Amino acid sequence: MAEGIRDKVAIVGAGCSQFGENWDMSPQDMIVDAAYEAYQDAGIDNPQEQIDAVFCGAVYPSRGTAEVAESLKLFDRPVTLVQNYCATGTDAFRCGVMSIAAGMYDTVLIVGFDKPKDRGVSGPSVMMGTARGLPMTPAAWFSLCAAKYFETYNVGREELAKIAVKNHHNGTLAPKSMLKREITVEDALNARMISWPFGLYDCAAQSDGASALILSRSSLAANFKGDPVLVKAVAISLAPDPQSDPDFDFLGWKPSQYAAKDVYRQAGIVDPMKAIDVAQVHDCFTLTELLTYEDLGFCERGAAKEHIESGTFALGGELPINTDGGLKTFGHPTGATGVRMLYENTLQLRGNAGERQIKGATTALSHNIGGAPQTCGIAVLGMN
Amino acid sequence: MSSISAYGAYIPKRRLPLPLIGGRPATPGAPEKAVAGFDEDTITMAVAAGSDCLAGTERSVVDELYFASTTSPYTEKQSAAVIAKALNLRDDAHTVDFSGSLRAAGAALSAAFNAVSASPDKTVLVVASDSRLAAPGSPLEQNFGDAAAAFLVSSEGLVSFDDCFSVNREMYDIWQGSRDRHVQSWEERFVVKHGYNEAVRDAVCGLLDKLDGTISDYAHLACYGPDKRSHRAMTSMLGLNAGQVADPLFGRVGNCGTAFAPLLLVQALEQAKAGERILAVFYGDGAQALSLTVTDQLLPGRRPLDWQLNNRQAVRSYQSYLVSRNLDANADDRQASGGISATVHFRERDADIGFIGARCNQCDTQQFPATRVCYGCFAKDQFTDVPLSALTGRVLSYTKDFFFPSSDPPVIAGMCEVDGGARVYLQMADSQDCELRCDLPVEFVFRKIHQAGGKPAYFWKSRLLDQTPEESTNG
Repeated sequence: MAEGIRDKVAIVGAGCSQFGENWDMSPQDMIVDAAYEAYQDAGIDNPQEQIDAVFCGAVYPSRGTAEVAESLKLFDRPVTLVQNYCATGTDAFRCGVMSIAAGMYDTVLIVGFDKPKDRGVSGPSVMMGTARGLPMTPAAWFSLCAAKYFETYNVGREELAKIAVKNHHNGTLAPKSMLKREITVEDALNARMISWPFGLYDCAAQSDGASALILSRSSLAANFKGDPVLVKAVAISLAPDPQSDPDFDFLGWKPSQYAAKDVYRQAGIVDPMKAIDVAQVHDCFTLTELLTYEDLGFCERGAAKEHIESGTFALGGELPINTDGGLKTFGHPTGATGVRMLYENTLQLRGNAGERQIKGATTALSHNIGGAPQTCGIAVLGMN
Repeated sequence: MSSISAYGAYIPKRRLPLPLIGGRPATPGAPEKAVAGFDEDTITMAVAAGSDCLAGTERSVVDELYFASTTSPYTEKQSAAVIAKALNLRDDAHTVDFSGSLRAAGAALSAAFNAVSASPDKTVLVVASDSRLAAPGSPLEQNFGDAAAAFLVSSEGLVSFDDCFSVNREMYDIWQGSRDRHVQSWEERFVVKHGYNEAVRDAVCGLLDKLDGTISDYAHLACYGPDKRSHRAMTSMLGLNAGQVADPLFGRVGNCGTAFAPLLLVQALEQAKAGERILAVFYGDGAQALSLTVTDQLLPGRRPLDWQLNNRQAVRSYQSYLVSRNLDANADDRQASGGISATVHFRERDADIGFIGARCNQCDTQQFPATRVCYGCFAKDQFTDVPLSALTGRVLSYTKDFFFPSSDPPVIAGMCEVDGGARVYLQMADSQDCELRCDLPVEFVFRKIHQAGGKPAYFWKSRLLDQTPEESTNG
């Protein structure tokens, strides 16, 4: 068994740009905002000397590595672009963690960013380059479990609406979220249909944003200003395309199940519901969040409904999920999302999350799932 | 001996009530016409009729495919080759397009009879399909309908070919110039008197002379007609009574062009008994009369005409019909993009057009599309092709996508499991008026997915097997 990365690397700085329809900001503006907040948080005053390497994550067409190097003027050192669908941010983080654990670097900058709002469309791009596989829209892909799950567990659009209501509420408490508006279950149920059963409020918005983290070797973390947050585990796992997988059951997503198994093994977690105090999960659609409760073992298969009813995953619940409002209120600039979740978990573990603070949180999980979906990234952070 | 050994037809489910064309409401029972849906065209209808005809026949027996139409989506590119691929015919099947005239189906059918007469081992599939565009609001728009019909010609069929006779006539009666968007016609009375009436009379008389027979030898007439009145006048001039004449289906299907006489021939074949003779008459730039003798009743394809006539769904509005035919002003803008890549299409043609999946030789796991390594046992390059199009399957899950651009939203899509286990993500055809549930049985139909970049892009869709054939207007 490989030695692993547990406790070898610490987050010593975190930053996040404002998320939204940032018509007046370039990708470089957002990268600078996020990175310099992280520098300040870590007490880095000379990044040109102090940052050994950069791992960045971005999915939409951009200049990638050069975008980051040029905006921060970080030259004469490695800058790497990582892509892994919606798990891109988490995978850029993972690559940075591994590079330190491998002894290659001491201090690494992680930057996740994307700028989908420069494409001139309000939703995802529509692909017409093939005849097969259409509609090739995220809503159509992620709704594929709905019919089967609903019929099997007597769940409906009301349960999904409650997840949207929860996340909209949490988003009102997060200064950097895009949407700061409470909604009701009726608002969600009456909104225009996007892809059954997803109405408008079941879908994450499109937004621009950037997030950044400073990683350090744990043994050197005391040299930085902020409280260090330890990396307990990080996993990426791929699963067959649900559109051709011969034994897919349409009741949950395999990538999440695979990555959870790996990350819990790395972190030594046996009962995730007990071990984890706060979690950010990939609510690209409300159903994705619901299935994730079960895929990550927070409750039994089919039990999500009762936990939604009882408020288990609300801010005051047993395991608060998407404390900052999630993709629902931040939108989903793909490369930024995973890093934004790690930023939120860093704030939560240090006790810096303001009105949405979960008291006494010491272990936090973040989760992304992407593709059709085929890939998942999960990271677990801890304070001791 | 050359003969028909199987036949099939296809009438699209969508019907346009004729009053809608004039801006009047569609009352129940109003006359209507069959119209190809937004995801259908001449080629997809031909595939549907061809597969109806070939139900129960091993596809590999087909040596030649003759396709007749005046509305191929391509000016240069053979439709028969697409149809052959979609029907999983052999790569060495000889494919031919017959075009340029409403009489093309008669030409294709007689060519098939001649080919089999010359080489009795040969089997030829003849498919006629048309989806003609008339100018919006014109009288021709009231008249035209869409449909397809198919015949399998071999030396072993139950309906034998006696002979045929044709005449050619040069005139501007019905035509479409290469730059015309719509079919053009000269004044109706001229067209009927000097075109239709004279050419059909000459072709029928010529055939009877040739066979030394009389019209009373025939129990069934399948005759093209430009309109209901002219058709009735022609049949009474020929001296046949109504019971002997295949119903021309005006007000139900409409004048379906090249496929018109073939569709009526299908109707006659369904009714004809042993010993009876059928006279089929094709019109266009002249006329062709063709005589057939039934040695024993030949059963219809999988979906008899009655089923197809009753499986109907009225289109919502005249506007939605115009949009589905790209006759509205905005349609081209919506589809402005490069469309499918010719190289990707070339590589994927077995999967996309042929709907060929793969079965692992080691563990029997089936998958679509074929890939190199097995999902089940990870064996590499150990697959056998499995044609999926004629199989059935079931719905595993579904969604209704209102976001994806469509002229008839929402796009219903979902996962299907094909018998044998292959999983496929497919749009669902003709199902907007049907209640959806997991596990419902489906069949697979060939449809046009989009025409971005001006290139029609075809793929398969699922369709609920139990289409309730009852009145519905919510489509």
